[in-house]
Amino acid sequence: MTDTQYDRAPGDATALPDVEQGTSSGVLVYTSGLFLAVVLTAMSFWVANTSLLWAGGVSLGLTVLAIAQMGVHLVFFLHVTTGPDNTNNVMALAFGVLIVALVVVGSLLIMADLNDNMMLAAELMNLQMQH
Amino acid sequence: MNIAVAVDDEVSHEAQSSASEAGPAAKRVVVGYGFWIFLLSDIVMFAAIFAAYAVLAHATAGGPGGVLLFNQRSVAIETGCLLASSFTCGLMSLATGSRRYAGTYLAALITFVLGASFLALELREFAGMIAIGAGPQRSAFLSAFFTLVGCHGLHVTAGLVWLTVMMAQVAIKGFRPTVERRLLCFSLFWHALDIVWVWLFTVVYLMGVLS
Repeated sequence: MTDTQYDRAPGDATALPDVEQGTSSGVLVYTSGLFLAVVLTAMSFWVANTSLLWAGGVSLGLTVLAIAQMGVHLVFFLHVTTGPDNTNNVMALAFGVLIVALVVVGSLLIMADLNDNMMLAAELMNLQMQH
Repeated sequence: MNIAVAVDDEVSHEAQSSASEAGPAAKRVVVGYGFWIFLLSDIVMFAAIFAAYAVLAHATAGGPGGVLLFNQRSVAIETGCLLASSFTCGLMSLATGSRRYAGTYLAALITFVLGASFLALELREFAGMIAIGAGPQRSAFLSAFFTLVGCHGLHVTAGLVWLTVMMAQVAIKGFRPTVERRLLCFSLFWHALDIVWVWLFTVVYLMGVLS
């Protein structure tokens, strides 16, 4: 009965506050998060500047690295887990990600499609805009 | 035998009763969840500005583009500042959790200094760009750039003000529940800003200098 699961506030690390153990393991969690984030950031900067990789794949690689780093931040800094006490937080996050994806991908698709359909005009417009 | 099994079932059922059966959630959970929803809506706003920037990124109107304007060295330092401040903000919430005043003040001070250095670097970058005639009125690309990066900078400024106010509250009111809830919201806000910055340096600065 004492195991009854309450929801966990977003950003809270543990449901059962065990002060001594909580602090030392908390520092470990934040430190591993910092380490992973630094590694991923360094990789992003390297990928953007190296000539070793196929240039066409670089922006895709950067996107993947950014998604990975976002995951690191969510798990290690914001303590988002798959536990049942975190369901509400995760559902809200998933809805947010859905809206963000719709807004960004939708805008880019529509604008690219418009440019395609107005090939001549778009070329003229780009000429005017860039030169 | 049967009775024992039945009792076991009941106990395990009660032990695993879901969150909705556990009664009203604690105020800390409700406040944190509400702020989580606000942060997600804030991120949706950033997504709209990101989409505008991505659409306008090549509309330079004959003005300078990203390759000419962006200094990767200063962006790397800014990224390091913000990441380190996110880490010390995490340490601050640990110190708050175990009610250590000195640890809270120290971590908050380092967080503030790192956030302020980030802001100083960003303002220097903006001033440099405006000085060479690449202000927000020069092209659609630069308008979108200043809106996006400036909006993030405004959020960081608000965070620094908030952090100062919170430290004053800790000093005057101590670790009472209201102050602890506000500190929880602040750390959520600060970590979310770092997530926005991850996308910002990837999309604006790194993809902007690709040929």
